[in-house]
Amino acid sequence: MSLVIENLSAAVDGKPILNGITLAIPAGEIHAVMGPNGSGKSTLSYVLAGRDGYEVTGGAATFEGRDILAMEPEERAAAGLFLAFQYPVELPGVGNALFLRTALNAIRKHRGEPELDAMQFLKVARERMRTLNMTDEMLRRGVNVGFSGGEKKRNEVLQMALLQPRLAILDETDSGLDIDALKIVADGVNALRGPSFSALVITHYQRLLNYIVPDRVHVLLDGRIATSGGPELAQRLEAEGYATIQAEAA
Amino acid sequence: MTAVRHTGAEGFLQRFEGLRARLPGRRLPWLEALREDAARAFRAQGLPTRRVEAWKYTDLRPLGEAGFEEALSSIDGGQALPVAHGGSARAVLVDGRFRADLSALDGLPYAAGSVAAALPGLEGRIGTVAPAAALPMVALNAMLFEDGLLLTVPAGVAGGVLDLLSLASGGARPEAFHPRHLIRLEAGASLTLIETAMGPEHDGTTLHKPVYEIEVADGATLVHARLQQEGRQGFHLSAVHARVAAGGTYDNFTLVAGARLTRNEIHIALTGPGAAAHMNGAQLLAGGQHADTTTYLDHAAPGCASRQTYKTVLAGRSRGVFQGKILVRQAAQKTDGYQMNQALLLSPEAEMNSKPQLEIYADDVKCSHGATVGEIDHGQLFYLRSRGVPEAQARSLLIQAFLQEAVEGVTDEAARAALGAAVTGWWEREALA
Repeated sequence: MSLVIENLSAAVDGKPILNGITLAIPAGEIHAVMGPNGSGKSTLSYVLAGRDGYEVTGGAATFEGRDILAMEPEERAAAGLFLAFQYPVELPGVGNALFLRTALNAIRKHRGEPELDAMQFLKVARERMRTLNMTDEMLRRGVNVGFSGGEKKRNEVLQMALLQPRLAILDETDSGLDIDALKIVADGVNALRGPSFSALVITHYQRLLNYIVPDRVHVLLDGRIATSGGPELAQRLEAEGYATIQAEAA
Repeated sequence: MTAVRHTGAEGFLQRFEGLRARLPGRRLPWLEALREDAARAFRAQGLPTRRVEAWKYTDLRPLGEAGFEEALSSIDGGQALPVAHGGSARAVLVDGRFRADLSALDGLPYAAGSVAAALPGLEGRIGTVAPAAALPMVALNAMLFEDGLLLTVPAGVAGGVLDLLSLASGGARPEAFHPRHLIRLEAGASLTLIETAMGPEHDGTTLHKPVYEIEVADGATLVHARLQQEGRQGFHLSAVHARVAAGGTYDNFTLVAGARLTRNEIHIALTGPGAAAHMNGAQLLAGGQHADTTTYLDHAAPGCASRQTYKTVLAGRSRGVFQGKILVRQAAQKTDGYQMNQALLLSPEAEMNSKPQLEIYADDVKCSHGATVGEIDHGQLFYLRSRGVPEAQARSLLIQAFLQEAVEGVTDEAARAALGAAVTGWWEREALA
């Protein structure tokens, strides 16, 4: 198993948001979590990545058998976990190239691989950027500073392509993307597909799942998995909305 | 009950009485009169107390209590000097005294040397840009200065980079020195002056109290970077006074990383049309350090531009102060002034006080200012950590990014590189501490 979540509950500012989530992703599979606004989708991604202020109140989460909830965020990243942010953070004054190289070298160090110098890094980065339609200019700017919504998301996928995680959590990566950008992002995820790569694709809409076809779809309602199914569940949600499932769950 | 006026000035006045017969230039009547006037002004005003508006946030009482004496310089030619930042030209002062034996100034296209050695020819050049009457701390320097750097770059000469090392040798007793630097760039001349103030190596208590009188003539450009990395028991109280004529540029960067108590005053007057002032600075404070940057910018002519960006990083129980006044006189139409000061608090016990002040008498001007005080952004920190960057390294990146804007404002590449290295060095020392 890649990711195993058991009866996970979490609160923000004392307010319960996740109310016992149970979910397992076998290695090599991509699972989608869909749900309406306020169902706890982003909270789930932040709890798994270890953001401050998201208090785990019960349950467990393991990645490849290790208790990730006990780890610092950087330890989770080193273990092979990657969160693609819904709203990638701007870092004015931190050059994108320096940021990417620092992150890559931090991960390489954990894996016992030699760090890359600026020239070696540039070679690797340019290769990845070509497939993402990104220009060298985006390396020179501050991290995500002055990037369009699409550029920010492509920068997330670039980080994922460089860091080569074994579990990617994509938090509404499709929001604010036009169809071309959506395809580029999906291609980036699909390129990583393989027996040792898993992904949790969190989304409000079915659209992204036309390009990243999931093995399983889970519907999140009020901080719980209300129902699970195959890719056809996503089609059904698109046609009927969340109301039917909400009624069934009630 | 009568209030007894006790500001700690007595010790300095006694030292003046004791030293005056031995101070350089004692046989020059104009200089003797200048020192007398300064002593009178200092006696009348004393060391500024916090009741004086301009000193509201900086308490000089520890200065009065330290009981400073004259410095006994103990650095000889055999000692390794810090690495220079620019070219091969280097001026060295030890305890405020110019040291020809340690300096490397041969073959320069301009004149650089000792103020003390040239005093007979300096009537009218001392006390003109930095008058002592209204400023007790300038008066203190005028009373007691022994030496300083005398620098004149002739018209049209591109002077390149000059390193200025200001070293404090320190001793068993508290020592004070008060250099007076006289810097003049004639029309169209240029120079980059990178000053590094260091020492003493042990924990000796020192007071470094320099006054700079700077004249930038028509179309001349002076880049003046000051890197203050003095010892933890140091007091550093500087006053830069600069006048910039038509089309001239004065570019000041001041880095504060050392000393226990620092106050840097920068007084710039833009006196000719099209003159420009760039004032940038970074204060990097930890432990119980206190640092105060106080700027006075006088827009006295039309069409002048000024840019100020000051950043303060505060760890431990440190205290930071920024006071910035911009005066736009009635004649200074089409002034373009900008001032920003920002502080990053790394500890709940650190404190920043900032006081921007605009006084505008012209009607067609563009003048803006801003101030922020904040902590490291948790979202940014989490973003970096989620990419595998360890917390300490992530903080370091964000602190350097915070300072970046001030460093980028420095136009000269050598000065910018020296600053970047000093900032990185500070952080590495603090991270290990």
